[in-house]
Amino acid sequence: MQDGKRVDEPTGTEFVGHEWDGIEELDTPLPRWWSIIFWATVVWGLAYTVAYPAWPLINNATEGVLGWSSREALAEDLAEVEAERAPVRDALARIPIERLPEDSELMQAAIRGGRSAYQVHCVQCHGSGAAGSPGYPNLNDDEWLWGGDLRAIEYTLIHGIRNPDHAETRISQMPAFGADGILNDRQIGDVVSYVRVMSGAEEQSTSAQRGEAIYGTNCAICHGANGEGDRSQGAPNLRDAIWLYGGDRATLTESVTYSRYGVMPRWGHRLDPATIRMLAAYVYSLGGGEDFVEVAEDPEVEVDARQ
Amino acid sequence: MHGSDPLASDGPPKPKLYEKRKGVYPKAVDGTFRRLKWAIMAVTLAIYYITPWVRWDRGPYAPDQAVLVDLANRRFYMFGIEIWPHEFYYVAGLLIMAGIGLFLVTSSVGRAWCGYTCPQTVWTDLFQHVERWVDGDRNAQIRLEKAPWGPEKIAKRLSKWTIWLLIAIATGGAWIFYFADAPTLFGQLFAGEAPFVAYATVGVLTFTTFTLGGFMREQVCIYMCPWPRIQTAMMDEKSLTVTYKEWRGEPRSHGIKRAKENPGVFGDCIDCNQCVAVCPTGIDIREGPQIGCITCALCIDACDDVMDQIGRPRGLIDYATLESADSEQAGEAAPPLKRSIFRPRTMIYFSLWAGIGLAMLFAVGTRDRLTINAIQERNPTFVQLSDGDIRNSFDVRVRNMENRPREMTLTLDGLEGGVMWAGSGNRDQALRSFTINVPADQLLNTRVFVAAPSDGPAAEDFGFSVSAGEGEDVETAYEAARFARPGEE
Repeated sequence: MQDGKRVDEPTGTEFVGHEWDGIEELDTPLPRWWSIIFWATVVWGLAYTVAYPAWPLINNATEGVLGWSSREALAEDLAEVEAERAPVRDALARIPIERLPEDSELMQAAIRGGRSAYQVHCVQCHGSGAAGSPGYPNLNDDEWLWGGDLRAIEYTLIHGIRNPDHAETRISQMPAFGADGILNDRQIGDVVSYVRVMSGAEEQSTSAQRGEAIYGTNCAICHGANGEGDRSQGAPNLRDAIWLYGGDRATLTESVTYSRYGVMPRWGHRLDPATIRMLAAYVYSLGGGEDFVEVAEDPEVEVDARQ
Repeated sequence: MHGSDPLASDGPPKPKLYEKRKGVYPKAVDGTFRRLKWAIMAVTLAIYYITPWVRWDRGPYAPDQAVLVDLANRRFYMFGIEIWPHEFYYVAGLLIMAGIGLFLVTSSVGRAWCGYTCPQTVWTDLFQHVERWVDGDRNAQIRLEKAPWGPEKIAKRLSKWTIWLLIAIATGGAWIFYFADAPTLFGQLFAGEAPFVAYATVGVLTFTTFTLGGFMREQVCIYMCPWPRIQTAMMDEKSLTVTYKEWRGEPRSHGIKRAKENPGVFGDCIDCNQCVAVCPTGIDIREGPQIGCITCALCIDACDDVMDQIGRPRGLIDYATLESADSEQAGEAAPPLKRSIFRPRTMIYFSLWAGIGLAMLFAVGTRDRLTINAIQERNPTFVQLSDGDIRNSFDVRVRNMENRPREMTLTLDGLEGGVMWAGSGNRDQALRSFTINVPADQLLNTRVFVAAPSDGPAAEDFGFSVSAGEGEDVETAYEAARFARPGEE
């Protein structure tokens, strides 16, 4: 077995010297093409570790002579995408928002962008399909607390609702009629009856008839004499079929007793104007978007006059 | 020990797993089949080069190229037929027809595809003609191959390769015209403005044409191509194949003189080797049917020529079936050749082939040019509206497969009290039906809002119907949909 020069007769190849039950291993040389590829990969691998970040050191790693880094590569890719989107974003930021629906192509681009931005910033409260949940408005429907044209939606997005640290935020506060002792439980029950009769949820009753006077004194100033609501102060329409928190007696009693104070964050300081317009266009496109009733000369005018 | 034998002193010869290509220098030949091959080469090359330039008027909204595979817009135009991606089964049908057609051809006339129409055969043939034109015929080619490199050899090789390369570039260049408007692309190609993929395709096809046609040639048929194996399996005793009639030819006389001196001893084959000399795949047909034989029949031409010269009847090498060869050998009359073409097996193939073809023609002729699809928005499935009604949203996709824009009417079918409006409008415009303008040859995707009173089942069946045209030409399509309301189904 120590005879390294023993040669296998049929092939003319030397034996390695290993034998298992009479089966011996031949020292067949590697094919040249295989060896060339093998050494080429070794050289390539070593060169790669020199050219690119590779060898770990104590606090960092070798940087590689080409100076490549994955962060920079990512930054470049992102910059490239941003550059591609720049024309649309510029156009969006420049166009007067009243004219956005006319420019259908830009509107469609804005809706697509808004859908993406919505899935990042808005789904947490309004839901992935924008259907909302109790306390968080459904953006698909045709009821708007503060206005449903593009400009009103954009204003709500920029300034938010009831942001304590922001002067231009949309703000209003309903009194806590029960908790603050303005009305007693029986009066609250009567006004709840009246509101439910007004919206068609209940038949006329003596309780509701009593509630009508209480409503006229306490509620009509914001919700309107006929319960039609007032968008300038975010007072909901009480006659329609849509209830933000619920239209059953218990929920309405709770709303009147303790009031509601829903807050929406403002996005003006977090998102760029183009993204906010995209979000506005997307929300507008969900089915409840309203036409501009009057095109304001001053773009700062925040609500439309529609009732 | 092999000590006395000097050749064995290096040990036994190693078995080789690689066989070096033996040079093939086919000799020029003339005859019936050579002329047939010329004609087929002219026709196939003409089809290949001219097809993309044929114009076909489809009106202002579609390309006017007769055959166009428009990958960018996902349309396939072939004369009067336009295929959309969802109709790709027509292409599958064509492939099945091609497969059955191959069965039909192979079972009746053997490897006729290989011998006459295969691009590998046609281009190799073309390259060999160039070779003969530059280097001379077989003997001159062999001499030149063996000659040391010198000015003459370098000049001849360079000119031959240059012509090959030009043909190869023209081959790759013609291919890309099937995928874009040919005149436009032609201009772009030379102005350097064509898309990179066009140049890359020309490059790849130039390389493959140059190497496959110039250098690999018969090795493609023998080692690379699956068709020969498949076709061999499909042939039977009634399929035509190029046959050397050894019962007539053997024993070979090795020269006309010996045959004349000893009448009755030798067969008709004088072993002149012309059949081998002209063979483009370098085989000897006298060894019998073999995988290397592409049945180009050039050996028939060569042998007939020799038979004429020595005054023997033609057809020592001829197209024959195994069956006719057997009966001929037994001295019986060979069955007529048409028996290999008209017999149950080929008839079944033909009826299958024709049946699929007719069915596809019928399907293409009667297919819908207008389709509608409605996909319900499921998040949320329904929306409560302020006046108490319920609203659903649908993505309605209307496909106009005609080459002109069409004004269509989208109508609600069923759903009492329901109205609808397009996503770009609002509820003030809600109606039972409205008009949509679908661009020529395109799919229009419209968001449609449908509102209906809240009193109704939780799931109510209704439908969208779309119609285009008037009177006798009216075309309609219908899509069933379901209106969702709050509550349990």
